[in-house]
Amino acid sequence: MLEKMKEIIADQLSVDADSITETTSFKDDLGADSLDLFELVMALEDEYSVEIPSEDLQNLLTVGDVMNYLKGKGVEA
Amino acid sequence: MTSKVIGTGSYVPERVVTNEDLAKVVDTNDEWIVTRTGIHERRIAMDEGTSFMAAEASRRALADAGIDASELDLIILATSSSDHCFPSTACEVQAEIRAKNAVAFDISAACSGFEFALSTAHAFLASGTYRTALIVGADCLSKLTDWTDRGTCVLFGDGAGAAVIQAGETGVIHMVMGSDGARGQVLTCTARTDGNVFNGKTPEFGYIQMDGQEVFKFAVKKVPECIRQVLDESGTSMDEIKYFVLHQANYRICEAVAKRLKQPLEKVPMNIDRFGNTSGATVPILLDELNREGKLERGDKIVLAGFGGGLTWGAVLLEW
Repeated sequence: MLEKMKEIIADQLSVDADSITETTSFKDDLGADSLDLFELVMALEDEYSVEIPSEDLQNLLTVGDVMNYLKGKGVEA
Repeated sequence: MTSKVIGTGSYVPERVVTNEDLAKVVDTNDEWIVTRTGIHERRIAMDEGTSFMAAEASRRALADAGIDASELDLIILATSSSDHCFPSTACEVQAEIRAKNAVAFDISAACSGFEFALSTAHAFLASGTYRTALIVGADCLSKLTDWTDRGTCVLFGDGAGAAVIQAGETGVIHMVMGSDGARGQVLTCTARTDGNVFNGKTPEFGYIQMDGQEVFKFAVKKVPECIRQVLDESGTSMDEIKYFVLHQANYRICEAVAKRLKQPLEKVPMNIDRFGNTSGATVPILLDELNREGKLERGDKIVLAGFGGGLTWGAVLLEW
């Protein structure tokens, strides 16, 4: 899952995929603001066919947070 | 028979309000506003009402079309901020420009208003009911804005745009409109509430309220979707389109739409930096600018697309 996530994040946030790890923080490490995160969430929703409600966003601070969240939603690794 | 745009016009108030001006009345700053919206300044009405701005834009559109107001059969005006509950703004414009032979009425579709007005007028022209129509998008959102809410007050501006359309052989190729009232609560502005001598309540009025995140997601999903639909259903390819004239709500939305459509940002003209979100007026103001700057030539294909409160959305494919 991490490889695919890196690809999506790199594309959405225009950052280098190699700089992304599980502990990467969207806001602190990648400089993403709230609108960047909405776009990222939409790309993830499309990719994994899940719904990510707005209120869940505040808990998704790092790449690892998102991976755990998606696994919790039944997305296969 | 279809509908051809034969003239455009627009009007914005003279008073420029910069981000620095806003930072003096609410807790915000230029950097925050610019990076999240692309807006540098907007025009705010001092004493220009919605119908005044609409009439000015209409006069300019008539002059550009080179026709007299008496030739108009139909006036459809889209607004969410009319000066009166009645008469309609369309009727006020009719009186102001002396379009004595026209029937005039307003429609309400918030930021999709101009596309809805154009589509409605087009249906009358294509059916042969009327020949010449004036369509207007005019909004004075500054009077509906909560100037203490920094999340919304930085977004909006006032203005009006108009177009004259006439029955012809070329023009509107296809249109799509949609609405989803079930999701209407994400973007609202309460009108006067119920209140009378019998229920003992005093009518109150509300301000624009927005769930920015939901509106952003709605726009970024729905706009590319309806643009693809209007192109697919008419057998038109993305590459044939010279400009995608999108509702100016947020630079980041325009950017995200272009990305989703895999189209270069040069094909998505913008003026949000100067005018902010003027609701139903953004698309006709932008169209007027493109027209007056000589960027549109006869035969060019363009798509107009709007989205907003309702929720509503619409796209019109036309040959200039």
